[in-house]
Amino acid sequence: MARTPRYAREVAVVAFAQSDHRRRTDELSEVEMVMPVLHQVLARTGLKAGEIGFTCSGSSDYLAGRAFSFTMTLDGVGAWPPISESHVEMDGAWALYEAWVKIQTGEADTALVYAYGKSSPGPVRDVLTRQLDPYYLAPLWPDSVALAALQAQALIDAGETDEPALAAIGARSRASARTGNPHAQLTGAVPQGDYQVRPLRTGDCPPIGDGAAAVVLAAGDTARRLCERPAWITGIDHRIEAHALGLRDLTDSPSTRIAAEHAGLFEAPVDTAELHAPFSSQEVVLRKALGLDEGVAVNRSGGALAANPVMAAGLIRIGEAAARIHRRESDRAVAHATSGPCLQQNLVAVLEGDRA
Amino acid sequence: MSAAAEAAASPPGVLRAPLVVEFPFTRSLGPVQSAFLTGLRERVVLGVRTTAGQVMVPPVEYDPVTAEEIRELVQVATTGTVTTWAWNDHPRPNQPLDSPFAWALVRLDGADTALLHALDAPGPDAVRTGMRVRIRWAAQRTGAITDIACFEPHEGPADPQGAPHDGAFAEPVTGIVAEARLDYTYSPGRAQTAYINALSERRTVGERCPSCHKVYVPPRGACPTCGVATTDRVEVGPAGTVTTYCVVNIKARNLDIEVPYVYAHIALDGADLALHGRIGGIPYDQVRMGLRVEPVWTEGGRYPDHYRPTGEPDADYDAYKELI
Repeated sequence: MARTPRYAREVAVVAFAQSDHRRRTDELSEVEMVMPVLHQVLARTGLKAGEIGFTCSGSSDYLAGRAFSFTMTLDGVGAWPPISESHVEMDGAWALYEAWVKIQTGEADTALVYAYGKSSPGPVRDVLTRQLDPYYLAPLWPDSVALAALQAQALIDAGETDEPALAAIGARSRASARTGNPHAQLTGAVPQGDYQVRPLRTGDCPPIGDGAAAVVLAAGDTARRLCERPAWITGIDHRIEAHALGLRDLTDSPSTRIAAEHAGLFEAPVDTAELHAPFSSQEVVLRKALGLDEGVAVNRSGGALAANPVMAAGLIRIGEAAARIHRRESDRAVAHATSGPCLQQNLVAVLEGDRA
Repeated sequence: MSAAAEAAASPPGVLRAPLVVEFPFTRSLGPVQSAFLTGLRERVVLGVRTTAGQVMVPPVEYDPVTAEEIRELVQVATTGTVTTWAWNDHPRPNQPLDSPFAWALVRLDGADTALLHALDAPGPDAVRTGMRVRIRWAAQRTGAITDIACFEPHEGPADPQGAPHDGAFAEPVTGIVAEARLDYTYSPGRAQTAYINALSERRTVGERCPSCHKVYVPPRGACPTCGVATTDRVEVGPAGTVTTYCVVNIKARNLDIEVPYVYAHIALDGADLALHGRIGGIPYDQVRMGLRVEPVWTEGGRYPDHYRPTGEPDADYDAYKELI
């Protein structure tokens, strides 16, 4: 099938790997956690680290409280003699975006993208308050669950959802993970539990845990050589909204919608969606912004409600969507990643497989 | 949920230690932020008018849509309306109230946008979107968002609002100190755990790369050249060779060592990577590349206090030139 030539070069996800996501990984340093995933993703392409044109990673030093932790994990790549490399203090989905741009410029034909998060050493709900406006928000230490709960209440007040519907999203996600995702941290029936911050209950919130993921990108014929059915990135875009929560309509996500338009999502139907919605209520917002109907398979991997390694969970959405295309379980998929409080920043990628 | 309940058990035999990270950033304020925070100190709430004519509270320096500089200040009320809320039964450290409270976005009368803060209410049944609230001021105010202690339910009329304000106050606040402390539990991982455990027996253990056969000390679990796990444990030293060094002339805080002293890279015998340590037992100006040294342990020390000359002849340059 002919695709719209939106970009200078055809670029595809040709391999994806991820760790098992677990509540703690005390017995492993960050590089010890990441390295097996790097080896797996390279083995899937047959490439050696030295044959990769560009390497880009996403992580945050704040999670484990370790300054320059990404320089340590680079040891797992084999970065000597010096490789062409970069890092974002963001979810790995944005590292993938940088790598995709690098390939578009023609400076590389292949890229290794990886991301990891070790939330277990620190109080992640409090750690994430440090990303907020330091003048008006951070001094109040509003944690990630509290901010998501404000958004959930706004959705309930607007009549867009209710607590049973939110519970069903968590239950569906973890039921999907049980059958479809051996790497997930939470699978099957999990008690909905008490309010964490009302109206969100335990089951509406992501598990806290550690994990890593990696993707290999390749251009054109290289992609065809490395992968039987490449997951072509036919569109990718990311947009950000105002930082101040009080400026935003928390029941909508215009940044997601605009990114999706620019990625060409609305030009044809998708059969699969991997949404980075760490809280059940955020799936409601994203479904609306992306115009997903009941016919679309949403988060068959279980999504972030089944495993949420912070800084990797967005990249995993792209990897999971691509893997379904690799396995011929999808022909056209949308993957989404988010960053910041209450879906502040959003990336949308459209992935397509060649049809026979 | 308590912090203890959130933290699942850690496997036995794993080393753990507290790790505290503190970062008290000193931040300067722009003119709008300064007027707003100084106003809070004086129990006055100021908004800023955006290019589109909306009154934004809390105010910012630049228009969120057009990025134009915005400077027109407006006084808004200390009363307002809840636009969304979330009941917090388990306040976390540093949050505005110690007892259960509601987080709330509040649109103050006269403002078009909402401000996040705590709302003190008896319980979730006493809170709803659309309810009327007013600011409860902190007793001690310094020019910070925490000068608002919280919001409280309010049935009375709205304050006067909408008057232009020049933002001028005596002794304006021009900066804030944003205190932050995060408490972590550090675990060193497989390779460094073996290294630390061996140190407790006064042995130094590195790991060999199965591909290039280099021995890394201290080991971090991966060979940075080959990108593979280092697995074979190799005891190195105890003696080694100074490969390069520097003379320290500035006394470090919390370090009880007289300057000048020598800090050196030391390649322990059998290691392919130099580690670093202080050189003692020799005048600082007699330390040289190639000097042979050995570790000196102090009672109860978890690692060598310093290294001292062994008295052996200096190593040939060729023997350590690859390790510089």
